[in-house]
Amino acid sequence: MAGGVAGGLSARFGIDANLIRFAFVLVALGAGTGLAAYVVAWLVIPAEGTSTSIGRRALADRRTVGLALAFVTALGAVVLVLGAIGLSFAVNLVWPVSIAVAGLVLVWRGADAEERTHLSELMGRAPLIGSAESRTRRATVARVVVGVVLVAVGLGALVASAHPSVATVRAVLAVNVVIVGFLVAFGPWWLRLARDLAMERRERVRNEERANMAAAVHDSVLQTLALIQRAAGDQGEVTRLARAQERELRAWLFEGRAPGSFNEAEVTTVSQAVAVIVRDVEASHRVAVESVLVGDCELTGELRALLAAGREATVNAAKWSGAPVVSIFVEVEPSQVSVFVRDRGQGFDPDAVGPDRRGIAESIRTRMTRHGGSAVIRSAPDQGTEIELIMPRTGAGRE
Amino acid sequence: MSDSKGPGNGPRRKVRVFLVDDHHLFLSGVRAELGDAVEVVGDADEVGAAIELIGERVPDVVLVDVHMPDGGGQAVIEAIGRSHPEVRFLALSVSDAAEDVIGVIRAGARGYVTKTISGPELTDAVERVADGDAVFSPRLAGFVLDAFASDPGAAGGAVPSFDPELDQLTPREREVLRLIARGYAYKEVARQLSISIKTVESHVSAVLRKLQLSSRHQLTRWATERRLL
Repeated sequence: MAGGVAGGLSARFGIDANLIRFAFVLVALGAGTGLAAYVVAWLVIPAEGTSTSIGRRALADRRTVGLALAFVTALGAVVLVLGAIGLSFAVNLVWPVSIAVAGLVLVWRGADAEERTHLSELMGRAPLIGSAESRTRRATVARVVVGVVLVAVGLGALVASAHPSVATVRAVLAVNVVIVGFLVAFGPWWLRLARDLAMERRERVRNEERANMAAAVHDSVLQTLALIQRAAGDQGEVTRLARAQERELRAWLFEGRAPGSFNEAEVTTVSQAVAVIVRDVEASHRVAVESVLVGDCELTGELRALLAAGREATVNAAKWSGAPVVSIFVEVEPSQVSVFVRDRGQGFDPDAVGPDRRGIAESIRTRMTRHGGSAVIRSAPDQGTEIELIMPRTGAGRE
Repeated sequence: MSDSKGPGNGPRRKVRVFLVDDHHLFLSGVRAELGDAVEVVGDADEVGAAIELIGERVPDVVLVDVHMPDGGGQAVIEAIGRSHPEVRFLALSVSDAAEDVIGVIRAGARGYVTKTISGPELTDAVERVADGDAVFSPRLAGFVLDAFASDPGAAGGAVPSFDPELDQLTPREREVLRLIARGYAYKEVARQLSISIKTVESHVSAVLRKLQLSSRHQLTRWATERRLL
């Protein structure tokens, strides 16, 4: 049977397709069992055919009407099932009749909504199977006709079975036929509606995202570009602006942080602390700070002290070295965290006594030793400076 | 600067470079920065054209942008790697995301530098790659240390290692990478460790090989999980 359906799919593009499909319905009815499997397979086939024509799908309001109609038809099917299970057929007769009428209307309106222009074209030229204009169109018409026939057959059987009280089996069969008819006539259409709705929702989400993005880009990027144009003559300022913007954009794109966010209180990990150092130093001094981080962990009291010393070293390098770039390398290891701050600037003689760089270097050293860490300062005139800070990790706050 | 160690007859032949980037502004910028130091034999702004032209002109080094439509630099490197294994790649990116960097290196690039690199540094990197060496930016060195750091015990989950040779860095390689991550040039690394520049280069090349060949799925997973910095 599955092969037959596959054959029907391929034959769908020929004139015989509808005949084959109709034959399968008859076979399925005759067999009685295996209906569900067949219907499922059948539902999939038109759905795939129509998925190509999604491009010219119905407009939003038309779809809403369609959705309402779909609910009515689905409800009708449910009521029929319920009726077959419990309720008396006399009461149910009202339902099948109204549903049959509604069904007929829906078939035409449904088809109309889906392929209004094509169908009316087809109707104008020839009755039903007259024209070979489009296979899809032909399939739709045939599908609807088959569905209506099945509904009618089912209703007929239902009415007939209502009088002899014995024929419950026949009644169930009739209800099944009606359901199959509904599925055949409207199933693909329901599927399409569901797909359209899902697509519409996706579209809406995408539009919202685009709006958010536009707002963020406007707030930060465009502002920065304006500032850069005004500061075009000032190379240092341009670099500073560009880097600050780059950092914000990265934070936003890769970490999902809103531009401008990140206050000190939220800083709980080494990586965040390093990001803050980079941001602040770049913002207040005209240097680029290149940071490389290996590993990460929660901040402890000692590590906060370490990073405070690292910040001081970075500021120091930014202020005094004269180098355009300061590198900061932080490595988190199980036993210790090390920070290296390096510049290629003018350097200084560590042995010379001076109030400026050396004094600051000393303060970094004492700060480190107070918390159990160590600081090594390597520098020589014209050789740049490197400050090495190492803090052992106590058990607390390890990953 | 790279010392000339080509077939040592006179001044070294100019390196033939091909540029691939979908940003025209950047293409012309790189062209200007490279200046006369190398011979730019062509450029392309999309993956398809790049593969075709590189196959035609067979440059020494291709400077390739990581991020492009239709598969990016990775697609170019993989396609050319099959047809012209002698062509070397240096990846150039604004991204700095571990995923991209590790991805492009594993595809076969011999180095990775950020687009903010200065002209002379870029020329140096191009020549290094042309010589068959690896070029690691501080950030790439950091990534490698990070990716290979989560070894015994550190990450908790013991991942079975199929080839310990490839799946671990030697202490010396680790040292070299650390210095590069700290912003040291090869020359400075050599001086610091009292080894020759050649030895530094061979360490870095070994690391590159491990990065490319290591079967540890951890590496890719690590890169995907780690977004930035």
